[in-house]
Amino acid sequence: MIEFRNVKFEYEKGKEVLHDMSFRIEKGESVGLIGANGAGKSTIMKLLLGLLQGEGKVLIDGTEVKKETLGEIRAKLGFVLQNSDNQMFMPTVYEDMIFGPLNYGLSREVVDKRVDEVLARLNLEYLKHRYNHKISGGEKRMGAIATILAMEPAAILMDEPTSALDPYNRRLVINTIRELEQTKLIASHDLDMILDTCDRVILISGGRIAADGPAREILSNKELLEANRMELPLRMQ
Amino acid sequence: MKKGIYRMNKMQKALAELSEMDELAARRSPVHTLHPAAKLLTTIVYILVTLSFDKYDLSGIVPMVLWPVLMFTISGVNVRTCFYKLRIVLPLVMAVGLFNPFFDKEIMVSIGGIGVSGGVISMITLMLKGVFCLMASFLLMATTKIDSLCAALRKLHVPAMLVSLLQLTYRYVGVMTEELAVMTEAYHLRAPGQKGIHISAWGSFLGQLLLRSMDRAQELFSSMMLRGYHEHFHYADIDRFRARDALFMAGCILFFVLLRYGNIAQLIGGLVVY
Ligand SMILES: Nc1ncnc2c1ncn2[C@@H]1O[C@H](COP(=O)(O)OP(=O)(O)OP(=O)(O)O)[C@@H](O)[C@H]1O
Ligand SMILES: [Mg+2]
Repeated sequence: MIEFRNVKFEYEKGKEVLHDMSFRIEKGESVGLIGANGAGKSTIMKLLLGLLQGEGKVLIDGTEVKKETLGEIRAKLGFVLQNSDNQMFMPTVYEDMIFGPLNYGLSREVVDKRVDEVLARLNLEYLKHRYNHKISGGEKRMGAIATILAMEPAAILMDEPTSALDPYNRRLVINTIRELEQTKLIASHDLDMILDTCDRVILISGGRIAADGPAREILSNKELLEANRMELPLRMQ
Repeated sequence: MKKGIYRMNKMQKALAELSEMDELAARRSPVHTLHPAAKLLTTIVYILVTLSFDKYDLSGIVPMVLWPVLMFTISGVNVRTCFYKLRIVLPLVMAVGLFNPFFDKEIMVSIGGIGVSGGVISMITLMLKGVFCLMASFLLMATTKIDSLCAALRKLHVPAMLVSLLQLTYRYVGVMTEELAVMTEAYHLRAPGQKGIHISAWGSFLGQLLLRSMDRAQELFSSMMLRGYHEHFHYADIDRFRARDALFMAGCILFFVLLRYGNIAQLIGGLVVY
């Protein structure tokens, strides 16, 4: 479903941040993307979405990500941004939730039903008609996740979905992610969450893949994690 | 402890006010439910008619206040809110005619034996023009959501590029104010007791503000693109243009024409003595 083939990327000339990276994620897989600050996780996500363009090939469902295919590709992907302030741009949570689905041509009734389902699933009914500028950071994050779920994309990309959440909402998000059947790629420093939600982990270090394998294996490798500025998840200690 | 330290800083207040426009616009009233295009066109006609009055036609322009007053009453929007929100632009608009009395000293009318110069009359007329136009624009914004307004503009065949620009500008002004709020707060936390921002920090402050706003605007735009935004306004729920919208427009415009050419003030009985 998602494939990187010898991808290289640099923001500024001569400063490559991803070096010749290749990996494949199959349909239905849940993959955790971990690595120290500045390792390149967000960059990988942006390349997948076609927000950035590098050398090499990025493929979604066998289609190469390039200018002409962006519309088709983006209809398949839902992206939860690292910063929810930039995700929620409509006045209210509800208006934000219907924005995507309506743009993709769904009818108002279908969209309204979806919105209510998603809100009920996340216990967020109370947020529906709240103003985005008057809710807390964590509530906004929950709203952003709801916004993406309402689009029912084929694959979901999440950049730090649990940062800013209180333990209750964090647990709720974890449970929700576990129930999603879609292909998932989740970048996070919250290794316990990764352990709970992902079967496979890709560890990025300085723009290269340092490890790629079953989540339990990588997340129990103390030396590997510590060499990458991480600690064993609490559950593994 | 300094007084008011827990209150929102100025920027945060400005931001809150800006977002409150969305809340005002989301309310319900007979004016709110009118078709956005009807309101937009009527407002434009109102502004044009108001501006078309002769600069000495004080008695003609005064009755123009009737329309905004009527609209405030029906829509339930508070007049005080209007003047409060416009407090920054209002003086600028008022200042336009401020010098007229110095240039134009010829006595035009006398009220109770005191001569009033043409300059004073034209100054007041200009001020009223400005204030009325601002009130009308405010009413439009306070009773119509920006997205519905944009949808209406598209229906009126205004190019998509321009409409997107308007819509994005509206969003980006919010983003910039937000960044400014965060930055001033961060600054004052590290420069306690200082009023304003020290001149030595202005350069980097402005530069940072611009960069940060641009970064955020970029991400925001990406976020819209990622959710299928193509300068289309599917999401704005705008109803069909109904009979009552046409009636509203026709009624208002007739009213304006009457005010403009019927010279109601003179009909009522000459408030001003020539
Ligand atoms: N807009 C940019 N311009 C130049 N360099 C950038 C830009 N964005 C990121 N970088 C650099 O690219 C590298 C990878 O950044 P990226 O944001 O992908 O890291 P990350 O793994 O997501 O980190 P974090 O855990 O902090 O979110 C970093 O070295 C960063 O300094
Ligand atoms: Mg990141």
